[in-house]
Amino acid sequence: MFLANADVRKVARLARLAMGETEIETARSQLSGIFALIAEMQAVDTRGIEPMSHAQDVSQRLREDAVTETNQRELFQSLAPKYKGAPQVEAGLYLVPQVIE
Amino acid sequence: MFESSLQQLGSALRARQISSVELTQLYLDRIAKLNPELNAYITVSPETSLAQARAADARLAAGNADALTGIPIAQKDIFCAKGWLTTCGSKMLHDFVSPYDAHVIARFNDAGAVNLGKTNMDEFAMGSSNETSHYGPVKNPWDQARVPGGSSGGSASAIAARLCAAATGTDTGGSIRQPAALCGISGLKPTYGVVSRYGMIAFASSLDQAGPMARSAEDLALLLNAMAGFDERDSTSLQRDKEDYARDLAKPLNGLRIGLPKEFFAEGLSGDVAHAVEAAIAEYRKLGATVVEISLPNSKLSVPVYYVLAPAEASSNLSRFDGVRYGYRAPDYTDLADMYEKSRAQGFGAEVKRRIMIGTYVLSHGYYDAYYLQAQKIRRLIAQDFTEAFRQCDVIMGPTAPSTAFKLGEKGDDPVQMYLSDIYTIAVNLAGLPGMSIPCGFGAANNGNPGMPVGLQIIGNYFDEARMLNAAHQYQLATDWHSRAPNGI
Repeated sequence: MFLANADVRKVARLARLAMGETEIETARSQLSGIFALIAEMQAVDTRGIEPMSHAQDVSQRLREDAVTETNQRELFQSLAPKYKGAPQVEAGLYLVPQVIE
Repeated sequence: MFESSLQQLGSALRARQISSVELTQLYLDRIAKLNPELNAYITVSPETSLAQARAADARLAAGNADALTGIPIAQKDIFCAKGWLTTCGSKMLHDFVSPYDAHVIARFNDAGAVNLGKTNMDEFAMGSSNETSHYGPVKNPWDQARVPGGSSGGSASAIAARLCAAATGTDTGGSIRQPAALCGISGLKPTYGVVSRYGMIAFASSLDQAGPMARSAEDLALLLNAMAGFDERDSTSLQRDKEDYARDLAKPLNGLRIGLPKEFFAEGLSGDVAHAVEAAIAEYRKLGATVVEISLPNSKLSVPVYYVLAPAEASSNLSRFDGVRYGYRAPDYTDLADMYEKSRAQGFGAEVKRRIMIGTYVLSHGYYDAYYLQAQKIRRLIAQDFTEAFRQCDVIMGPTAPSTAFKLGEKGDDPVQMYLSDIYTIAVNLAGLPGMSIPCGFGAANNGNPGMPVGLQIIGNYFDEARMLNAAHQYQLATDWHSRAPNGI
């Protein structure tokens, strides 16, 4: 399969990965090699085969709709003093760049 | 002391011939001496380990010790351990101190084991050589110019160098078995769902499974007894009765039917590895086993299928690393999207980014059916091959890896070549079966390079860990490959 730099650029944006032009070019050539490997799978006839996600074919267990977690915000925002916890917090909130004018 | 089995260490501790503090200190001194070269540990915290050792000594003195009480065990840095730096081999988590314990860590704590430190690994468990770790590559103690395998390479190297009594690993496509083979130790990946994934940093959730790594099958059984068990916090954890994985160790192997997949002995397998594996099979015949050729016709598709499913799941799991709640955040950015993109670009290494890109692509609009769904269907075909094969045999054996340990940097530029080093292990994860690797000899020495360890892979049917451990233990009673130590160690 052939990938163009534009495809790689689009995927990098979807994946939220900043990439320069040289990185895009390297990624294009490496991803093309990997997709050539993956392409071996396309020729297999899988009509009538059920997709498999768990070996025991168990379905997701359900539990009571009840609160099981305790509020640990203070702990999460001030981890061991030796290391930095959350990158930026203030008054119990996680800070990010302004998104609303 | 460094050559003792876990059972011998436990007996010595319970008989008060040695204290846990003394034993832990012996290992810490050894780590201080050898780790600067091997780089098997990312984090060692002597005060924390010794505090645990003192608590274990109190428990031993009170006479309520467990099999593992007081024994120092290294933990792969993928497991969250409360108060410990937990990096997963990534710059993204360079300052993440876990506020909670993974289920596996809690089980070892309950057993009174001592956490000796966090072992190095490929970043987010993505790699087969340990070269993708942000904290530098791990060296193979048999030849420091060579890789230990990956992703649990730090654990494997630490065990081979006697820098811990045993360790944990995780295996998504071979990450316990391949480094175990390359470092000449024993490692077991249990049936998917047997060990809880809670607190184990997720890579590919439908394949990830934790397991023990040690010097012998007997040690693995003791460790698995502590690790296995239902946990409601992992939605794929299986509800099963508790079992003693050591119960069948002593059984003779008369009548054991071994299946040899012809696809595992075909083109691509190094001659010296084939030779050692064939010698191991001959030893099994002597022990009373019979051998039958089997076929796993779809196993050749396991690498392509894996490189769709694992990256797809990884791209979703790793979307949580956004530089907001924990982990790395880029120093400069213009707006929210720019902060995400730069934090992730700077916090993740090249291999992790590559896999996120593959996963994002195969899951993107218009490609889902052609890639993810098709891969899940072939995954069933691969699993059905094994079901068919187990009608004719009790265990399947073959090589763990196509070659012995390769040189650092040897496969650096070519991701596809690196991916092919897991060609015999990946199908086992896709099927969700248990698999293990035990040492079965050494490869050819050439050009002054020493012969490196070879691993024998043993694949069992679902929940057949006790039988696999039996087969491995009987072989280890008859041979001494598992007790060999690297020169100078």
